[in-house]
Amino acid sequence: MNDMTRPIGRAMPRAAARRHAAGRGRFVDDIAPAGCLHVAFLRSPHAHARILSIDLTAALDLPGVVDAFDGPACAELCKPWIGTLDHFPGLRSPEQHALAVGVARWSGEPVAAVVATSRAIAEDALDLIEAEFEELPAVTDIEAALDPEGVRIHENYDSNLAFRLDLNAGEPDAAFAGAAAIVERSFRFNRQTGVTLEPRSLLADFQPGTGELTVHHSTQTPYQMHDVYSRHFGIPEERVRVVAPDVGGSFGLKLHVYGEEMATVAASIRLGCPVKFIADRYESFLTDIHLRDHRVRARMAVAADGEILAMEVDDATGIGPFSVYPRTSAVEGNQAIRLMGAPYRMQSYKGTLSVLFQNKAPTCQYRAVGHPIACMATEALVDAAAGALGLDPLDIRRRNVVPDDAYPYRTANGYMLEGLSHQACLEKLAALMDYDALRRDQAEARARGVHRGIGLAVFVEITNPGPAFYGVGGARISAQDGCTVKLEPSGAFSIAISITEQGQGTEAIAAQIAADRLGVSPERISVVSGDTRTTPYGGATWASRGAGIGGVAVMKAAEAMRANLLDLAGTILQASPEALDIREGVIVDAETGTERMSLAELGRILYFRPDTLPPGTHPLLTVSGHHVPQGYPFAFTNGIQASHVEVDPDTGLVKLLGHWVVEDCGTIINPLLVDEQIRGGVVHGIGGALFEECNYSPEGQLLSTTLADYLVPLASEMPDIRIAHVATPTKTSPLGAKGVGEAGTAASGAALLNAVNDALSPFGAVLAETPLSPERVLRALGKV
Amino acid sequence: MTLDARTDMPVSLTVNGRRTAGIVPVRQTLAGYLREELGLTAVHLGCEQGSCGACTVRVDGEVMRACLVLAVQAEGCVVETPEGFSGDPAMDRLRERFATRNALQCGFCTGGMLVAARDLLAREPRPSRHAIREAISGHVCRCTGYEAIVDAIEAASHGGTAP
Repeated sequence: MNDMTRPIGRAMPRAAARRHAAGRGRFVDDIAPAGCLHVAFLRSPHAHARILSIDLTAALDLPGVVDAFDGPACAELCKPWIGTLDHFPGLRSPEQHALAVGVARWSGEPVAAVVATSRAIAEDALDLIEAEFEELPAVTDIEAALDPEGVRIHENYDSNLAFRLDLNAGEPDAAFAGAAAIVERSFRFNRQTGVTLEPRSLLADFQPGTGELTVHHSTQTPYQMHDVYSRHFGIPEERVRVVAPDVGGSFGLKLHVYGEEMATVAASIRLGCPVKFIADRYESFLTDIHLRDHRVRARMAVAADGEILAMEVDDATGIGPFSVYPRTSAVEGNQAIRLMGAPYRMQSYKGTLSVLFQNKAPTCQYRAVGHPIACMATEALVDAAAGALGLDPLDIRRRNVVPDDAYPYRTANGYMLEGLSHQACLEKLAALMDYDALRRDQAEARARGVHRGIGLAVFVEITNPGPAFYGVGGARISAQDGCTVKLEPSGAFSIAISITEQGQGTEAIAAQIAADRLGVSPERISVVSGDTRTTPYGGATWASRGAGIGGVAVMKAAEAMRANLLDLAGTILQASPEALDIREGVIVDAETGTERMSLAELGRILYFRPDTLPPGTHPLLTVSGHHVPQGYPFAFTNGIQASHVEVDPDTGLVKLLGHWVVEDCGTIINPLLVDEQIRGGVVHGIGGALFEECNYSPEGQLLSTTLADYLVPLASEMPDIRIAHVATPTKTSPLGAKGVGEAGTAASGAALLNAVNDALSPFGAVLAETPLSPERVLRALGKV
Repeated sequence: MTLDARTDMPVSLTVNGRRTAGIVPVRQTLAGYLREELGLTAVHLGCEQGSCGACTVRVDGEVMRACLVLAVQAEGCVVETPEGFSGDPAMDRLRERFATRNALQCGFCTGGMLVAARDLLAREPRPSRHAIREAISGHVCRCTGYEAIVDAIEAASHGGTAP
């Protein structure tokens, strides 16, 4: 892995970084075709309302306005959708339209569209629409949504329950009956949203002459959207093209179907010209998916020696009025309830998940889906158990993690773990952070009246999902990925990949893997991604599947190309292909390293003088490779994080002093990019635990609609983050790489929560609601 | 004169060293004008509320949010966008360090960060890490967690190891 002559394992900057640093990024809003029109949306002012009438006449009269339409008109072009999948038995959700038809079910839901020559004129016209609504009672609170006598959001359903899941493993009742101690917490994890800095953006261009639709879309999943546009607008698949140019952050937010985006395509079809939709920040807060709205009651049974015997968890989560299409809104709760206790040997578990409709913005999968919920609940209980038994938090974890030699291992909730390294990570973390010294510092600071806390959080991360994730449930989301490699006449290569780039470095690691197998420097590989017309079909980038699945496709394609080139070189050089190798762009004698011919010379002959090859030789100079993850449904990774904080008991302010991560993502392709993925992920998790909250009024009006109200982490509030690795390559792939995109986010909030509670332990104060705002800290201290 | 938001007015600016002249609706922001009329699309709009910092430019030497300034308010001003700063060694060092340290992922915040960092280095050639963190705290980055950006600015400063 540390072979510096091989591209895999080398810390290398990304080519794209230079382009962005020079101010030459190209995002959807930077593309401005001639005749491009702009769309703006009228939105429901109420959380729940019957739409009585929408009169577009005055809006259409405004100079510059080209078109305006409401939900029923949009539905004539765009088929509605239902966000359910078969592998969540019982999951229900009604038909959803691009623009609401009949009833609006959250404040901000789009109900009509105006298309004009500029966004400003389209917004002017929105003020001229005469819309009448009859306000209906709204269900916003999770407890109210559970109430069988309460208001129902969907008239045809007998309750607001979208999905329920009960898990029962081992003998939880006996474990609790025989426990030396039982610890219990009631958690409230408040709603967050993603805040990608580039808002959702789309440019739809329907060609009336040919019936072709091209969509430039800020999306992670161009193939999924290609399929959605084809089926919902009735356009043959071969006449659709989706292009994702630079994507300004996504984190899971830009892979769901949004009404505005479908309505923008409908507008382009109605008008036969390009139409652009760029969400503004207000619209982003109102209509981007939200996430992690959970009320969790959880308890843990422990033996006198600290062994964790069982957990019992009741998780109720609000998902807004619809299960989001096409991935459903059941996945977050499903993963939260199944990941509880996953790092530990505990084999008894009882879990109940209630997924509930409410009149708020829809929630769906987002970076580290379900992980932070499971991790915060589990790790807070582990600390509570340690406190109840007088054990050190590090020690109780040492006693309970699944040992490194116990794999493969099946968790209480049925996840099959191929090979994790909790023990190695734990010891590495203790040394990295100098745990004992920090504990001494804590005691000394307390004596001075300074309240510092240390929090630990062990995690298991789901990566490299196979077809079990969506495909088996009926979703048309590819579980395989592909790569095409083309030899250029100069001996360079260009590759086209189905995994996509949102800044994490997908293109860079693909170039490194291809270069590694082709015997050239990564600079000699150009990469195309994000265009459904010019790249192989695939699942793209989500759930930390880029390197682990798409990377193997690149490896296979590059190996096939290499075999072809060695065959052809062998023919020319009258040598056996096995006796040859490609090193630094040159065909060499494998044994001695003596140069036989350059790739440039080989390329020249193959493209321009194939007449000099033996008759019947037709060189295959463009080859593809595909990869399907098999064997295990997922490649799990693991790690541990630690947070060090100082809490001011007078103001309730939490100051982050340090943060540490030890993580195991298997083979590391590019350490520079892996560490920055982890750091970014850690800060996402800290944001959720410390600052970020979608605040709604009881009537269902979103109150936090600016970055002054919805607080995201800023540089001055974040600590430096130290990272170390343990590498357990997965045997399920020849590359050995697992994912790393969720690791940081999975456990940083849990470590922070534990650190804050540790700091406040002299006061007997316990926080179990996030974000850990100053007000909540002061409440826990009984000061307000 | 009463002005309707849609009234057009002439505006002339010097942008990245070039003189420009145009006619804009008075409600057009400087950011909108730079992006839509001059094609300077490194001026990114992340919030249009003055909070995120992605549209930061330099106007007559002062760092400003181009989403909070109307184009007509900048009449006669010298404007520098992230595409500019040509021949500026400090900006060259910053660009280089941002790329080599991977101090950006999606790149959407990068232009604003670079302009803010350039402004910091003009005021403080050897800023501490704390000063760097304070100086970029008006800029949201959702990808990096900020540390790599702090490292890159530190390396590009005279206190750093940059050439």
